[in-house]
Amino acid sequence: MRLLRRQSRQDPQPSDEGDSPVIELRGVGLTYPGPPPVEALHPCDLTVRRGEFITVVGPSGSGKSTFLNVAGLLDSPTSGRYLLDGIDTAALPDRERTALRGRRIGFVFQSFHLLPHRSALENVALAMLYTGIPRAQRLVRARAALDQVGLGHRTGAVPGRLSGGERQRVAIARALVGRPSLLLCDEPTGNLDSANAASVLGLLDDLHGAGMTVLVITHDPEVARRGHRTVTIRDGRLHP
Amino acid sequence: MSATPPSAVAPTRLSVRDALAEAVAGMLRRPGRAVLTALGTVLGVGSFVAVLGLTATISAQIDGRFNVLTATEVSVEDVAAQQNEFAGPGFPADAEQRLRAVAGIEHAGVLWTVRLDSRTTVGPLPSGAGDPATGTAVVAASPGAVAALVPTLQQGRLYDDFAERGHERVVVIGSGLAARLGITTLATRPALYIGQEPFTVAGIVADLERRPEHLMSVLVPRATAEQLWGPPAPGAASVLIATELGAARQVADLAPLALRPDHPEYLKAVPPPDPRMLRSGVTADLSALFLLLAGICLVIGAVGIANTTLVAVLERTGEIGLRRALGARGRHVSAQFLTESAALGALGGLVGTSLGEMTVVGVCLVRDWTPVIHPVTVAAAPLTGLVTGLLAGLYPAWRAARVEPAEALRR
Repeated sequence: MRLLRRQSRQDPQPSDEGDSPVIELRGVGLTYPGPPPVEALHPCDLTVRRGEFITVVGPSGSGKSTFLNVAGLLDSPTSGRYLLDGIDTAALPDRERTALRGRRIGFVFQSFHLLPHRSALENVALAMLYTGIPRAQRLVRARAALDQVGLGHRTGAVPGRLSGGERQRVAIARALVGRPSLLLCDEPTGNLDSANAASVLGLLDDLHGAGMTVLVITHDPEVARRGHRTVTIRDGRLHP
Repeated sequence: MSATPPSAVAPTRLSVRDALAEAVAGMLRRPGRAVLTALGTVLGVGSFVAVLGLTATISAQIDGRFNVLTATEVSVEDVAAQQNEFAGPGFPADAEQRLRAVAGIEHAGVLWTVRLDSRTTVGPLPSGAGDPATGTAVVAASPGAVAALVPTLQQGRLYDDFAERGHERVVVIGSGLAARLGITTLATRPALYIGQEPFTVAGIVADLERRPEHLMSVLVPRATAEQLWGPPAPGAASVLIATELGAARQVADLAPLALRPDHPEYLKAVPPPDPRMLRSGVTADLSALFLLLAGICLVIGAVGIANTTLVAVLERTGEIGLRRALGARGRHVSAQFLTESAALGALGGLVGTSLGEMTVVGVCLVRDWTPVIHPVTVAAAPLTGLVTGLLAGLYPAWRAARVEPAEALRR
């Protein structure tokens, strides 16, 4: 156990990445037990290959949030198999699901979820707080991630002094800094004006260009069009 | 563990150092809030330290007041009448001579307040004439008793054994009474009338270290008083003994035997109080109530921290969700909130300890005391704050761990 842990820490890029898809859903569905039972996500199949830019689009109430929670390991499906990086997540105890979520998925939220009284640098470094990386290294990597999103000059600013677009860039840097397998974005432009939205989408394009697997969940067809592949969700059903 | 498939990913962790850093960062970024939250603990711990410090200080002051003078004083009461109504006076006529034989006694003698009828007055002229000093007591005191009072002479001299033996009509008066009677100098050989009896004022004392109330009395030789006004009323007389330092308890044991070998039970010797008893008595009296008050303060402080931390958990639901998304387990979130409340408690404890000490020192400055604080108090007080914070954080931390990340992130 200890040996395995040490191995995986030495090797931040998991060895089982290979050619296995990042996300593989096989008949994955989620039913909230009643009464009455609510089928929030009908059993669905979806495969996201490494390096894809895929968008999931649907109106509000279509089950987007449920899909995000399942894909982001925040909620467990009640049926089917979900393989993330080839790892069957259904069999994992909560401790390892949490670890998988923290290490393999980078979240970007509509409302940014930045800590209000911490600087941009601290907010980005927070992503590595639970992964066992020493503090000094966390700060170095956080600075590099902020450089990558074009905010190398605003490392000391608190979120309150950043524009909406800058805040979302900080959030993207935070999602990137742990070198995840998947960037999971929930309405990343929902709180932004069109100019800022365009720049954030441009950044996502750039990241995809650099090899990152990006999954964007949105209600906006304009945003959905940016993806190389779009999946529609309606009434809890996924339509590839 | 071996039955399940090997861990696919390294579990996430939160080091103690990181948890502390997060807690300190949380406090430093909201200093005003941290101070207000810690205020209850500041008051609780502060009052603990102040109460314990002041109690220790006051005990020390009482020890100081328990000085050489009280430690070397023994008085012997005449309880003969209570033992046997036909016993007669408890003290023998040669009481002073008998006590001189006891080792450890410096001065000893009999004294009592003479019973005069209401028309008998003390004044520069015989009763019924002039301006008497009303309410002046006449005290019969043998020369040894006068010496045991530790008088400071202003003028003249004290009467001695010769005056006692010869039933001389001499008195010694205090400077206060002398001023009241208009006696300023002994060069004119002033006289004093007790009723119709004239006395010569032999000396004026400026001060009496023991029984200073006798500065307003007229001291008359014992034999003279007995001849003029008869023996003392049963129980009125007592023996005052000035002992050598450290001999008081032995002298108190021996004095009744030396005075009345036939009936030592007729006499009751009162030794000086034990200083250790004095100290513990004061501590028990004072600290019980005030420690209770300090405890109530501390509970209020704990409730304050618990409340603020609980509000923070509700307010920071989004942050909890984010941390869970970043790989924090429920116990990591718990640990963070517990560390924050414990740090707040410890901060409150430290500030409270300082304020408590300053209170003790301030009171001592005003009252001119020596501050005394037990080191254990100073060491334990910040710890008390820490434990208070920990206890206060238990419930909020438990709530924080139960926050559903998916739910929390929807905000």
